[in-house]
Amino acid sequence: MNTFYFIAFLSIFFSILVISAKNPVHSILYLVLTFFTFTIQYILLNAQFLAIVNFIVYMGAILVLFLYTLMLMNLNKDSEPFKSNIVKIAAVLGGGCLFVVLFACFRQVGIAEPVVLKDPGLGLVKNLGKVLFNEFLLPFEISSLLLLSAMVGAVLLATKDPKTV
Amino acid sequence: MESLTNTLHTVPLNHYILLSAIIFSIGVMGVLLRRNAIIIFMSVELMLNAVNLLLTAFSVYSGDASGQVFVFFIMALAAAEVAVGLAIIVMIYRNTNSIDINVLNRLKW
Repeated sequence: MNTFYFIAFLSIFFSILVISAKNPVHSILYLVLTFFTFTIQYILLNAQFLAIVNFIVYMGAILVLFLYTLMLMNLNKDSEPFKSNIVKIAAVLGGGCLFVVLFACFRQVGIAEPVVLKDPGLGLVKNLGKVLFNEFLLPFEISSLLLLSAMVGAVLLATKDPKTV
Repeated sequence: MESLTNTLHTVPLNHYILLSAIIFSIGVMGVLLRRNAIIIFMSVELMLNAVNLLLTAFSVYSGDASGQVFVFFIMALAAAEVAVGLAIIVMIYRNTNSIDINVLNRLKW
């Protein structure tokens, strides 16, 4: 069996577990596994830079941030309030309808040619760095500004106001 | 590495689109289904990742590196979004002692 289909099955399986796990900590751990399967997909596509960035930034930084927030606020218990069955069925139906519409649209496009790696060095750091620092230099600098403002905003929001406490 | 990427040559682009559509729909379902604000955030991350995978697949399919640079920018954006979003969730928790999003229905206008 092809590796792609096995990994695709695993990522669908784990992402269903993410939204159905009762305990939020389990949910985050399943999300780590889902992102790991995505990393494998990037390696299969020979996008090695993205695989490493996905591994470090998503699995290393973002999910640890989630886990810290959850544990610092002591929310790691099954405390989710009851949601009625009608809402659940409606949510699943809504998501299913979205999937059916997307699938029907993409069927009409009908691109069935296999994904062939034309240029083996496409996803390597050398090639991506050249593109990033030539064509996308301005967006790159602006994204650094975005990260700085996000950092300042996060610190400002999360610290307690000394006047009100 | 060569043999690993060679297995790819039998996978049609359709199947990547299908996989991304499934993961994206699961993310939408998670947003609609759960009431815990952190899990809703995680579903949004799932949707962003589905889009990332599709962008990479298209980038490899058409031999253009711009798609992978876009994925890089989406990752930077996701990091910023998570930092601000989690700060907001911490503040909500401090004010209401709960991260149930139904508590926020007092936010009107």
